Amino acid sequence: MSYYLRGPSGYALLAALGLIALASAIAANFARDLAYLVHALLIMAVAAGLFVATMRAMPVDDGPAVAPPRPTGYMDGPIRYGVIATAFWGVVGFLAGTYIAFQLAFPALNIEWAQPYANFGRLRPLHTSAVIFAFGGNALIATSFYVVQRTSAARLWGGPAAWFVFWGYQLFIVLAATGYLLGATQSKEYAEPEWYVDIWLTIVWLTYLAVFMGTIINRRERHIYVANWFYLAFIVTVAMLHVVNNLSIPVSIFGSKSVQVFAGVQDAMTQWWYGHNAVGFFLTAGFLGMMYYFVPKQAGRPVYSYKLSIIHFWALIFLYIWAGPHHLHYTALPDWAATLGMVFSIILWMPSWGGMINGLMTLQGAWDKIRTDPIIRMFVASLAFYGMSTFEGPMMSIRAVNSLSHYTDWTIGHVHSGALGWNGMITFGALYFLTPKLWGRKQMYSMSAINAHFWLATIGIVLYASSMWVTGIMEGLMWREVDANGFLVNSFADTVDAKFPMYVVRAVGGALYVAGGIIMVWNMWMTIRDPRAVAVVATPAE
Amino acid sequence: METYSFLRYLADSWVLLILTGIFLGVIVWAFRPGSRAMHDDAAAVPFRHDDDTIPPRHRATGDVTKGQPDV
Repeated sequence: MSYYLRGPSGYALLAALGLIALASAIAANFARDLAYLVHALLIMAVAAGLFVATMRAMPVDDGPAVAPPRPTGYMDGPIRYGVIATAFWGVVGFLAGTYIAFQLAFPALNIEWAQPYANFGRLRPLHTSAVIFAFGGNALIATSFYVVQRTSAARLWGGPAAWFVFWGYQLFIVLAATGYLLGATQSKEYAEPEWYVDIWLTIVWLTYLAVFMGTIINRRERHIYVANWFYLAFIVTVAMLHVVNNLSIPVSIFGSKSVQVFAGVQDAMTQWWYGHNAVGFFLTAGFLGMMYYFVPKQAGRPVYSYKLSIIHFWALIFLYIWAGPHHLHYTALPDWAATLGMVFSIILWMPSWGGMINGLMTLQGAWDKIRTDPIIRMFVASLAFYGMSTFEGPMMSIRAVNSLSHYTDWTIGHVHSGALGWNGMITFGALYFLTPKLWGRKQMYSMSAINAHFWLATIGIVLYASSMWVTGIMEGLMWREVDANGFLVNSFADTVDAKFPMYVVRAVGGALYVAGGIIMVWNMWMTIRDPRAVAVVATPAE
Repeated sequence: METYSFLRYLADSWVLLILTGIFLGVIVWAFRPGSRAMHDDAAAVPFRHDDDTIPPRHRATGDVTKGQPDV
């Protein structure tokens, strides 16, 4: 390390870090709101800490004159960190979600002395961002770095850039989460962080793209394996979505508040173009990249049909990008646009199920593994939930169904059967696959704990989804119920009252899901710390 | 013609045709004769490079990639 900090490069890094710390101190002094102040102080502390660390690492005199040997083999350090970060943020996000679920059932949990920081309105985006971006995002970054190296037979490109991606992404998460609690939000669903956090994420994300692309370009395999297509589509599309949806002008350079460039229905359309493709490319394409690597690996056989995986990819890419307008039925959006979104959503059913079938049929000839291998069981459950929610989604996008389901808890149930079932289960499976591999262990510490996790998570999802179906359809029907004279029968508070038992069931389902996550963290801890295991021996290449 | 109408016309005629053509072309390409061997080879990629040894790259000597060792 110290070799690279010799002479001008070391001084340039020091100067840059010093300037960032100074600029943050000035920004903190002029800060117009609390969130901005806290963030400026946080960035100042990070920059100052890095300044000191860099200075301590700089060589005295000229330092070593010879470059250290070029590192060989796969770069797994950021992946190990990413695996642990995924598990940590997962449990944090599940806990936040369970807490706000109990808040909806028991409003007293919006504790008086913790206002306004811990009310439902501020904790809810904390929960969604924690599970989607912190848990899901870390899982995607870690697994994509693992998969792209193993399928390209190349070390991660860019040297320390992969570390920058990891730590830069954690900083983004901390800035976003503290911002929500302190009241900084641009009120766009799944895109709540304010302008400077968006700019930071753009920098981190483009570095991520460069590392991933560079590794693919360096590959030793002629063909780019299909999992990498999905990962690359996820990275590129999220970059595009993020930049366009976050086009905004800050009110002041010293404040967190910003104003969107688009207004009215254009803003709504941009938001749901972003929002639905965040589902399509972040939560679907990226996780399909995981599926196309880890399911064949764990099953020990290649994917069922490589041709189908190619068609799956292109069909998903061509169709998903048009589906966003189905979030805006019966709004100011022109009818043709809403119909377009609805039609493409329904066509999407085909590639989605094609992909599910491709994943499940990979087990052809090895179906017994569902009984014997709890990790395969997680993958299979995950694919089953993928199939279920990609059937439910197109159905809910139909205008007539949407008139019943929209604004009700049915939507929440749909999102969670996808997120807890598909994204959660496949991530758990990938973590159980990666942990022993990355720390040189034979297998996870406890197989029966994986089994317990599987059942806790599955029962939790079933309680969650079924209670939300009941309460969602119930409130949809109550809202539209009219008497003989055409007057509405129920007030809004009547539906809230009627939903109470289902809210309790949902919160219990969430608690079971958290319990499974905690068991996983314990299991990972024991696997990594296991004294019986033999340390991994690095064999240098060439 | 105003911009909106022009883009609207372009989108649901030529662009729609081109995108549909590309999509169908991709499917036809995937099913072209002789693709099976290549696809079988590609499907086996995840099983080839598990260990930590990366085959040497053909590069000029002295090429140093800046990077730090793994943790």
